[in-house]
Amino acid sequence: MVFSVILAGGTGNRMGNTDKPKQFLTIKDKPIIIHTIEKFLAQPKFEKIIVLTPQMWIDHTNRIISKYIGECKKIAVISGGDTRNETIMNSINYIEENYTLDDDTIIVTHDSVRPFVTHRIIEENIAAAQTFGACDTVIPATDTIVESVNGNVISSIPERKNMYQGQTPQSFKAKQLREIYNSLTDSERDILTDAAKILVMKGYDVKLVQGETYNIKITYPYDLKIAKSLLEEEEND
Amino acid sequence: MINTIYRLSSPRRFEIDFEDISFSENCIVRPTHLSICNADQRYYQGTRDAKVLKEKLPMALIHEGVGEVVYDKSGTFKPGDKVVMIPNAPTEYDDIIAENYLESSKFCASSKDGFMQEFVELPKDRLVKLPQNMNLDVAAFTEIVSVSVHAISRFDKIAHSKRETIGVWGDGNLAFITSLFLKKMFKNIKIYVFGISRDKLSDFSFADETFLTTEIPEALRIDHAFECVGANGSPVAIEQIIKHIYPEGTIAIMGVSEYPVPINTRMILEKGLRMFGTSRSGKADFEKTVEMYKAHPDIVRYLTHIIGNVVEVKTFADMKKAFELDTRKAFGKTVMHWNL
Repeated sequence: MVFSVILAGGTGNRMGNTDKPKQFLTIKDKPIIIHTIEKFLAQPKFEKIIVLTPQMWIDHTNRIISKYIGECKKIAVISGGDTRNETIMNSINYIEENYTLDDDTIIVTHDSVRPFVTHRIIEENIAAAQTFGACDTVIPATDTIVESVNGNVISSIPERKNMYQGQTPQSFKAKQLREIYNSLTDSERDILTDAAKILVMKGYDVKLVQGETYNIKITYPYDLKIAKSLLEEEEND
Repeated sequence: MINTIYRLSSPRRFEIDFEDISFSENCIVRPTHLSICNADQRYYQGTRDAKVLKEKLPMALIHEGVGEVVYDKSGTFKPGDKVVMIPNAPTEYDDIIAENYLESSKFCASSKDGFMQEFVELPKDRLVKLPQNMNLDVAAFTEIVSVSVHAISRFDKIAHSKRETIGVWGDGNLAFITSLFLKKMFKNIKIYVFGISRDKLSDFSFADETFLTTEIPEALRIDHAFECVGANGSPVAIEQIIKHIYPEGTIAIMGVSEYPVPINTRMILEKGLRMFGTSRSGKADFEKTVEMYKAHPDIVRYLTHIIGNVVEVKTFADMKKAFELDTRKAFGKTVMHWNL
């Protein structure tokens, strides 16, 4: 079975002076998270779309789903964890409690604030996770990446042609991901910035799926402006 | 849901646009197999009148295609159902005038966006379910097949009953489809096909006779005729038809020409000929076409012969590749496996 895992754990503290998490801001008169969920609703292969949000936003998330999408048994809203990876683990636990978690159970994890994800990207994620066990959506880096260990001077400049920018979805065989995550030490967990790294750290292959430049993450006010202009929304607000 | 639309902004240049579509009364279909028509090529190559191009672009091309239903509130279609999409969009109903001739009707890739989109939102009456195991590369160009079915159905209502021989002028896709369906819809009629390429005519193996237009026997006569040539070939084709048709025959004009075509009206009067035009098709024609696919599996097999190119499309570069390949083909349809 294939599950969609929508990660809506962010509280939006990078979005300037907004008072609600960025996934609840609207573009084209609809909350961003609703646009994102709809993209997954349009893929019949998903058994369930699991939306993980901070506990205090569960009721609100359910209300807006009901308002914009209507009654939908295919969507479940549950509480996320303290970190991104703990949130993903919550989704796997939910699958285990309500369905059968086996070696072929796939989760397609996606940022709730990337509503421009395409059907192709989702399809290719499912196929790559089934074939390779894990995949990450990326686009080739256009800027040169500069590494600085001390934040003061450059320690290295990796060759750009080998560099990619990570997007989402990231997709996994759920059972395997949890097993490997549980085997990590606390110090290993501390340096995890995303779920693909769990596998990379332990030497597993993670297949690349081609993303799109416009599969943007709406993190800063600037991103929201871009998202609105892509949808040709008047900037009066 | 944010839908990605791939519009032609100017000849040979595609651009990306986004539009919000809602899960409402309309169905949402995921296009999977799209077929390029000459009408799309006229926009792509910029051979339409400059004023027309300025008025219509940017616009998503393609009006021949099939897809998978992802959403239908009414429950008429299930998610995953394979359907053919009807590009004609009537805005009113008329007892006399068919939906494809109503001036108020819209048409995909002409007066509204075509099917080069991530998802296509259509009313449920603009979808026709395809049979299981249907060859989807063939189903992709069901629209052009339905245009032939429409023309033949109209011919059946208009033409007199003496129908021993029908001539089809043209050796392209439209002529192939029209002569194939004439043969299937009228069992006892002899079909003669008239073309300019011996090689292409050899593909019309179901026809009773084929002739090069430069070698038509002087004494040859036909009861009725279908003109499937269009463009610069129209005048000569119509002239030959008028010459070789029996009095009171019916001529169906199907070929599109960008320019006015001179016609020998004296001989039309003298022979008492009937000439009628056909353009596009309506839902009933699509349904009849799909029924014909089901009833005559050999039709589908014959139609595979006119699949010229099949192109996997994942990027803008792939779209251009498909259109450029299509410009270079001598015969056959270019089908895009749409994965965007």
